[in-house]
Amino acid sequence: MEKPEDKPEDAKEQEETKPEDAPETAPETASDTPPEETEEKPERIDEEPHIFKKVKEIRFGVLSPKLIKKMASAKIVTPELYDKEGYPVDGGLMDVRLGVIDPGLKCKTCGQKLKECPGHFGYIELARPIIHVKFVSIVFNLLRCTCRECGHILIPKNRLRSQLNILDAVQNESGLESRRDKIKELITNLKTINKCPYCNAKQLKITLEKPTTFIENDKRISPIEVRTRLERIPDEDLDVFGINPEVVRPEWMVLTVMPIPPVTMRPSITLESGERSEDDLTHKLGDIVRINQRLFENINAGAPEIIIEDLWDLLQYHITTFFDNNIAQLPPARHRSGQPLKTLTERIKSKEGRIRHNLAGKRTNFSARTVISPDPMLKLNEVGVPLIIAMKLTVPERINEWNSDYLKTFVQSGPTAYPGANYIIRPDGKKKKITDETKEQLLEEMQPGYTVERHLMDGDIALFNRQPSLHRMSMMCHRVKVLPFRTLRLNPAVCHPYNADFDGDEMNLHIPQNEEARAEAEILMEVQTQLISPRYGLSVMGCVQDAISGNYILTKSLEMTRHEAVALLSSIGIENFSKLPRKDSVHGREIFSVLLPDDFSFIGQSRDKEDNAVIIRKGKLIKGVMDKNNLGEESGLLLRNLHKKYGADMTIDILSKMFRLGVKVLLKHGFTVQLSDSDLPDKSKTKINDILRKAEQQVNELIKEYREGKLDAFPGRSARETLELKILELLNKARNETGNVVISDSSQDTPTMIMAQSGARGNLLNLAQMAACVGQQAMRGKRIEKGYKNRTLSCFKQHDLSPSARGFISNGFKSGLSPAEFFFMGITGRDSLMDTALRTPKSGYLYRRLANALQDLKVEYDQTVRDASGGIVQYSYGEDGIDVSRSENGMINVKRVIDLVEGEGR
Amino acid sequence: MIIAKRDYMKKKIHITKHDLLPKHVKISEKEKKAILKKYQVTLKEMPKIMKADAALQGMKAEVGDMIKITRKSPTAGEAVYYRVVTDA
Ligand SMILES: [Mg+2]
Ligand SMILES: [Zn+2]
Ligand SMILES: [Zn+2]
Repeated sequence: MEKPEDKPEDAKEQEETKPEDAPETAPETASDTPPEETEEKPERIDEEPHIFKKVKEIRFGVLSPKLIKKMASAKIVTPELYDKEGYPVDGGLMDVRLGVIDPGLKCKTCGQKLKECPGHFGYIELARPIIHVKFVSIVFNLLRCTCRECGHILIPKNRLRSQLNILDAVQNESGLESRRDKIKELITNLKTINKCPYCNAKQLKITLEKPTTFIENDKRISPIEVRTRLERIPDEDLDVFGINPEVVRPEWMVLTVMPIPPVTMRPSITLESGERSEDDLTHKLGDIVRINQRLFENINAGAPEIIIEDLWDLLQYHITTFFDNNIAQLPPARHRSGQPLKTLTERIKSKEGRIRHNLAGKRTNFSARTVISPDPMLKLNEVGVPLIIAMKLTVPERINEWNSDYLKTFVQSGPTAYPGANYIIRPDGKKKKITDETKEQLLEEMQPGYTVERHLMDGDIALFNRQPSLHRMSMMCHRVKVLPFRTLRLNPAVCHPYNADFDGDEMNLHIPQNEEARAEAEILMEVQTQLISPRYGLSVMGCVQDAISGNYILTKSLEMTRHEAVALLSSIGIENFSKLPRKDSVHGREIFSVLLPDDFSFIGQSRDKEDNAVIIRKGKLIKGVMDKNNLGEESGLLLRNLHKKYGADMTIDILSKMFRLGVKVLLKHGFTVQLSDSDLPDKSKTKINDILRKAEQQVNELIKEYREGKLDAFPGRSARETLELKILELLNKARNETGNVVISDSSQDTPTMIMAQSGARGNLLNLAQMAACVGQQAMRGKRIEKGYKNRTLSCFKQHDLSPSARGFISNGFKSGLSPAEFFFMGITGRDSLMDTALRTPKSGYLYRRLANALQDLKVEYDQTVRDASGGIVQYSYGEDGIDVSRSENGMINVKRVIDLVEGEGR
Repeated sequence: MIIAKRDYMKKKIHITKHDLLPKHVKISEKEKKAILKKYQVTLKEMPKIMKADAALQGMKAEVGDMIKITRKSPTAGEAVYYRVVTDA
């Protein structure tokens, strides 16, 4: 932190002026920087002249009594609120100088009306000093660490320097609070010093009787005495405590005057009966002012000390609970109804407090949130909205002479019939609720210039969002489709960009309320505009699960009569069957081709290892099967090329038809995963057992070699490590071999196999684990070795290195695991569960920091990438200037471009 | 093994000759002006490089000089980047 240049010598003098002067001096010092160097000298690049005002420092201080008086616009002297006419009393808690909360009144301080006047502080003079609860711990530390006579810190002058260095080190490590703890510790450690090293005064033991009473040798230190002791502490010694005497003098922590918050932060509400109900803070302030007045009167009248003490304690109680009504040692102040008052601390703290409820947890109107569920019959850019929600969310429509009759039908239906309207807004901004009583009158009144808030209808524009919103595809614009039931619905193909599934996920819906917002959402955010990912240039939406299985079955082997094919196609919304060949039996490829545009040609690859060519010529799928490589999200160029040639709208249309075709094919064909999918012929079972037995034999031989010391170690490895590596390799090989047996020997056309081969769900490893052998369970790349002493589980012998004793599972899921195997699986399962649970928040935080650092970079018209202040980050986007979403794999395929241009010429 | 280690210790490494270090060249005052004009910027908006940066060894670069960096890129062939020398 920089010290201000104009630092007056007398800190006492400065205490008042400093806090207010600070904002004025700050810009001055900024402009005082040395003048720009002349042209010839090398330019300094460190200053940033394009930033006009820069926050140099933020200081936290304590209000001084002088400052409290200075910032106050009224002195409060009476607990009364209103006079007989109901007008605020001068010098009362609702004084008009503190701001206005009544319409029609003007603020006496700033002259503004309700909602314009920000409110102004007042103050009261306290009859006796009061300890501020929130500073008790600091005051306690200061009292114990300083001399009761002269106020000096209880460390001898010659040792102060070295102690200061220790304190600085502690503060650097763990902050101010621990610095204060450390100094307390230092003082208690120096117990031999019960004498002040400066004035030799004897020091007494001070204790704190919570919440606000200080006791010295069984005698109470009155707040007056506390304050005078704090006053004696010299500025230099305050530095030791981490207090900056320019903005905090410790005696300010004992109140002699108290600020009265403006009425605007404690408005009264008028009940239906016309009675006024005051805010909790006003109640509390009333108590404070009343007791304070009584205390003044008693002191002036020379009342006995006991009475004064009692009133003083009462005042302390009221001021303490004004700041915090949740102090453990104090009974909370209550309403007459018995419910505790909500005072300053309660307003800020906790989930319902200002920070978490109002600042961090702001809610927006015209939005909805519920569970989501899938509906493949929706278009990609539609969202299914439950009727109940559609009748709550509204769209404002301005009445003009052409739509007047149309809008009147909504008002006629009212809020309970769909499609109706909930509110009418008059040109002056007054909102009128439509009810059965007001309906007739409002219909009369309606005319151009009025606005009707009608129910949500099909085709309205909505923003749809799922947290965490990590990329721009997490919030897209959809068209509303009003549906029955209670969930928001979306096409399963758009799950991927939202990263949504249907195991209870919830999503948010927002309805833009004006033309500008709607246009922006439609042009920039609609689903089809987000189809191609800017990250890798492939489609982020595609077929999933059943849709892939269905198209795979269809294009691989399915044949049906033309009649059936027409029925199938019409069920997915196709009406033009002219592309379907006019013969009795049509192949699945011919049915699929109906979806493709006539002039579309494509050459790609499917997942099949051999014979993987996919050829589409002139809109006809000639060869190959449709699987995840071509239909799936983030894979293959089929969707990308469709997008490039025919545009976004047509692509999502084709995609949703493909999706529905897949689902309908499965519906027609039937598709069930069954236990017998993983059945193996007997000879395969013996093969698998042979492989496993042989592997175990080999491992046992290795272990024998190792035990006899004959095992040659790998370079840089111990014999034991070598053994482990060799065993792992052997067992892995064995498992893979069993997997290959399963893949080649199990029947190829089972639903499980189809899913694995098409890429819809699962892989061949999963199948092998079910049918044959689960394999080695590994933790951190090693076999399981921990558990009991020298063994993994108590059912094995110590030092048993055999596969089964170290986490090799030779059973498959279908035959079932032995108890020990089950336990090993539990170990690795738990380990990976913990790993994900711990890693997710960490990587999420890292991603957020990255995204925040890069969020305002943009490509300017001169192709450079610049930050918010115009600084260059890259001279050309990505150093090659390529827009990935318009490239193939980050590169421009020049040959394809030439072909395209030449093709047009021909 | 030991001999190899001693050889390694003896050898002085010249970072500027390393294959992975892109080419750094100090450009003339005239070229510098042209770059500033082309991108409509002052030195403040330019990317920076520390005067003490190892890539500037033996270049006698002073604060305010402009360095042209030519990088190899799999997609763009060669990518050019400019940095201004700074000391803080
Ligand atoms: Mg989920
Ligand atoms: Zn005012
Ligand atoms: Zn003393």
